[in-house]
Amino acid sequence: MPKKRKNDPFKSFLNWLENGGNALDDEMQDALREETDEPSAPEPKKKAARKAAGKQTEEFRPKRAYADTWWYRLLAVIVAVVLIGLLLETVERMPRFGEADTLMDSELTEFYVKHTKEDTGALNIVTGIILDYRGFDTLGESHVLFIAVCTVLLMLSIYGERDEQNRLLQGEMERHFEPGDDVILQSAARVLTPLVFILGIYIILNGHLSPGGGFSGGAVLGAGLILYQNAFGYEKIEKFFTYKTFKGVSVCSLMFYSLAKGYHFFTGANRLDSHIPNGIPGNILSGGLLLPLNFVVGCVVACTMYALFTMFRKGEF
Amino acid sequence: MTTMLWWQNLPLFMIVGALICAAVCSVLRAKAARAVMTVLSALECAGMGILLYFTLTRNESFVFAMGEIGAPFGNELRVGAAEALVGLLFAGVMFLAVLGGWKQFTADIAPNRVNLYAAVFCLLTAAMAAMTFTNDLFTAYVFIEISTIAACALILSRNQGRTMLAAARYMIMNLLGSGLFLLGLSILYVLTGHLLFQQLGEAVRNLAAENRYPMPMYISFLLMTLGIAIKSALYPFHTWLPGAYSTATATSSAILSSVVSKMYIFLLVKIFFRAAGTDVFARRIEDVLFLYAMVGVIMGSLHAILQHHMMRMIAYSSVAQIGYIFLGISLGTEAGFAAALFHILAHSSAKSMLFLAGNKLRAAAGDRDTFPALRGAAKKTPLAALAFLVGALSLVGVPVLGGFASKVYLAKAAVELGGWRMVLLLADLLVSTALNVGYMLRTVLTLYRPAEEPGTEPAPKTKDAPFAFAMGALIVINICLGVFASPVMDWIQQGIAMFV
Repeated sequence: MPKKRKNDPFKSFLNWLENGGNALDDEMQDALREETDEPSAPEPKKKAARKAAGKQTEEFRPKRAYADTWWYRLLAVIVAVVLIGLLLETVERMPRFGEADTLMDSELTEFYVKHTKEDTGALNIVTGIILDYRGFDTLGESHVLFIAVCTVLLMLSIYGERDEQNRLLQGEMERHFEPGDDVILQSAARVLTPLVFILGIYIILNGHLSPGGGFSGGAVLGAGLILYQNAFGYEKIEKFFTYKTFKGVSVCSLMFYSLAKGYHFFTGANRLDSHIPNGIPGNILSGGLLLPLNFVVGCVVACTMYALFTMFRKGEF
Repeated sequence: MTTMLWWQNLPLFMIVGALICAAVCSVLRAKAARAVMTVLSALECAGMGILLYFTLTRNESFVFAMGEIGAPFGNELRVGAAEALVGLLFAGVMFLAVLGGWKQFTADIAPNRVNLYAAVFCLLTAAMAAMTFTNDLFTAYVFIEISTIAACALILSRNQGRTMLAAARYMIMNLLGSGLFLLGLSILYVLTGHLLFQQLGEAVRNLAAENRYPMPMYISFLLMTLGIAIKSALYPFHTWLPGAYSTATATSSAILSSVVSKMYIFLLVKIFFRAAGTDVFARRIEDVLFLYAMVGVIMGSLHAILQHHMMRMIAYSSVAQIGYIFLGISLGTEAGFAAALFHILAHSSAKSMLFLAGNKLRAAAGDRDTFPALRGAAKKTPLAALAFLVGALSLVGVPVLGGFASKVYLAKAAVELGGWRMVLLLADLLVSTALNVGYMLRTVLTLYRPAEEPGTEPAPKTKDAPFAFAMGALIVINICLGVFASPVMDWIQQGIAMFV
């Protein structure tokens, strides 16, 4: 029975229907199964199994994948074109930007423009909205960054504790091939890095007063860290920023963020006084929780950017 | 609004607590991180239970404003009986999945990865709670993002080439789904200017009454439905599913199959019921969904029959079962929604059990899950085989088990509706039940047949108390869903009444 399976028309039909989604897996597993389950199988079968197994490692995609056939590509193009056409038509029929009498600029917009300053103490309405009115979304969004780093770490930590030696060796190798001592880059970085850091800190701390905030300022800080690392290498940067610093800073920031926001939600929903003064709008120390929240968001974003860069570069932190 | 009662603060604590646990877990040692993750899921369970009790006894839902300024300017959570019931099952499955996969988890996940796994697990718990409770479309999207990445991490945490491949495929398909959802969501926001379900529903109804922007509105709901259909593996979009479910570690595959894909469907129910207005825009989309679901039910079962590997077979049977849920939703009536929700409960409890037991059986058969290798596995792990039997019977739809009740409710909802849908749905149910019997029975028979070479391997008796506990609890849940189907159905209907 297993001999006939590969040319079974019904199965090919099914495979065709699902666009070769698991053609690879099935073929591979069949081949492996034959190899493991029937050790006394005749020689040609084994050859086929090896061939199928080799295919995956060498080209990563078997020849029969439907993604390679002309009609599959044609179908993909047709679907894409139809979807694009549909979406363009939709945009054409949607209300124009700024057009009066649309629901888009109704009560919400007006409310935010009128009340943000008084409710949150922020001159920058965007910060007021993302960190106060819709603070829950932003809390989730910060954790998206965190989970991205966790997942990349999980993916790249392929060396178990037993392979510690191997891991260190790998790290050595990566460092060895690092480009270094680029005079032009180093001279430029010497001038630019402090400026970039100052700009980042300024954007974060003034998030509630002027355009900017934790996310944009954090991105600037992260870019500064990456620039510094590129110019001077890991030894220099690890004097003040290691994996431990990263863990400490991002975990503390996230915990503070969750606790602060949780407190704020709790008092808000229960109609309790939160005892957090809003201050005078326009002062640097104003806006209640906005300033510290911008600060921790900035820390998280900077750490995440640098961590993703380092991890993909070195294969570890 | 008056101040909240003590239990009405629970949703907040459940979500923020899970987020804090995630941050803490990432720096803990392996053992402590695992303890945190187990305790957290148990606590979430308790919280959901309390919420369910109070919402049922008071017979009303409540709104929890996230911040001082409530609707429509800030975020909101909203908890009713349906949310609490579905959440209770999700949290329960997560807890039991952690226990049931305990041994395999130790073998599959390297100790230096356990803390990261635990962090991701906690974030997934938070996303589950938030997505179940949220009353806000954009919050739902944020937590869709978290759960997508979390699911990916759960798949690839087992360090194998195959899981990497499955995770990559999962990521690509699911990001496409998230993207389509976001696209639909932003179009809807431009049209209505609202994100909270309540206000959204009203605005949609007003626009529909004036017949303004009908086409963008359709496209927007269509894109959101398409996104969720991809993410929950409705038939033609299911290609990421078998690899992901069959290769991940037991805990992960149980959670992925029973919690992650189902919470998107629950979100879709909320969107259809509360935002799209079942009488206005959901109508035509439901017709399309009906066709896809019907084809999916049959094709999923056919695929399952053709598999040579047990785990892949179970995974494909998920495709068919997802089809059932979408069938219920696409009926568009309240009874249909209720049947779909009931099927979410029945399928989650049965499928998580099948995955946990299946992984155990695979381990007993020497880490192989081809059918010849599985012969006689029941003797080596009788409890796993028993659990598998119960789960399989439930999915087939044998009386006294949850699957039977859900199929009956589905058929009832179709009969109430009448028309061509009823005929098609009943025929579909009949055919697919026959197919279900085919593949499930074959597996069960294989398991209970004597091994080909009897006596070569003396059954190594290993004690696995957490697994035994998890299996026992899941079997009880399955039987309870079947025996006490009508009270559970009453709760669901009460919950749906609170939706409005």
